[in-house]
Amino acid sequence: MKYIYDLHKTMLANNLILIYEGEFTQEITKSVLAMAERNMDSMGEESNIKRKVFNVMVECLQNIVKHSDEVDDQDSDQPTAIFMIGKSNGDYIVTTGNPIKNENVDKVKGRLDKINGLDKDGLKQLYKEIIKGTEISDKGGAGLGFVDMARKSGNSLDYAFEQMNDKYSFFSLKSTISGQM
Amino acid sequence: MEILNLEGTEDTPKIMLDKGNGIFEISGRSLPEDTAEFYQPILEWLEVYAQNHNDKTEFVFKLEYFNTASSKLILDVLSALEDIDGTSVLWYFREDDEDMEEAGEEFSELVEIPFEFKTY
Repeated sequence: MKYIYDLHKTMLANNLILIYEGEFTQEITKSVLAMAERNMDSMGEESNIKRKVFNVMVECLQNIVKHSDEVDDQDSDQPTAIFMIGKSNGDYIVTTGNPIKNENVDKVKGRLDKINGLDKDGLKQLYKEIIKGTEISDKGGAGLGFVDMARKSGNSLDYAFEQMNDKYSFFSLKSTISGQM
Repeated sequence: MEILNLEGTEDTPKIMLDKGNGIFEISGRSLPEDTAEFYQPILEWLEVYAQNHNDKTEFVFKLEYFNTASSKLILDVLSALEDIDGTSVLWYFREDDEDMEEAGEEFSELVEIPFEFKTY
């Protein structure tokens, strides 16, 4: 039973407010958003910060719903995906982790590196280019999620890929929303 | 012409499209699971409306929040409005919501429709 206390300590040490681990659907997205909103309300968070955090959370959660690759291995007790929100020194930190196919790692990494290399105006231009040029994909995405997260948070997107096996990598993404605007 | 009236929910906006009373409004939160499916009836309504439209169409956006998939569909709605003579957009945003103000400005740069900005 020690893992409970360990997890509790880990959450406190990392200033985590909310962790969700498991299946991601639109219904779960709405529940997680509602919990996080209530949490920010109870902390008396400013409305513009709340909106930015909400914005980043929606894109993160819907990214997982739409883009997380199903791990179809035998041992499918593997975690499906994880979502966390924490608050550290006044900044909100929204993190997600989900498996993606190894073959998609370079593509995702390339998009994130491109976004992280752009300033405010560059991101605005990229946003306009994508919105003008794209159709909604069959997965329902507009290809704007990462760009929007970078714009709304005002910070670059930290990421990591850990190879899980010869088919999948675990994609971790971290977005920081500064508390003092 | 039939009125399109959809109640807002926690993830879909309220829609009111009423030719007779000259009310055209999308308001609330837009983060539907299937954005294209949600906006389809709106785009279809506008297609019919375009064939026999009012002299003036003041389209109101009063959104609290929309996700990126919705932003693409909002642009589709604006593009449909672009072809209707006498259209203008009234873009509402909360006074402290710079992001929503900027989003409206960006849309106004993407289509040839006069935009008016108002806080609420």
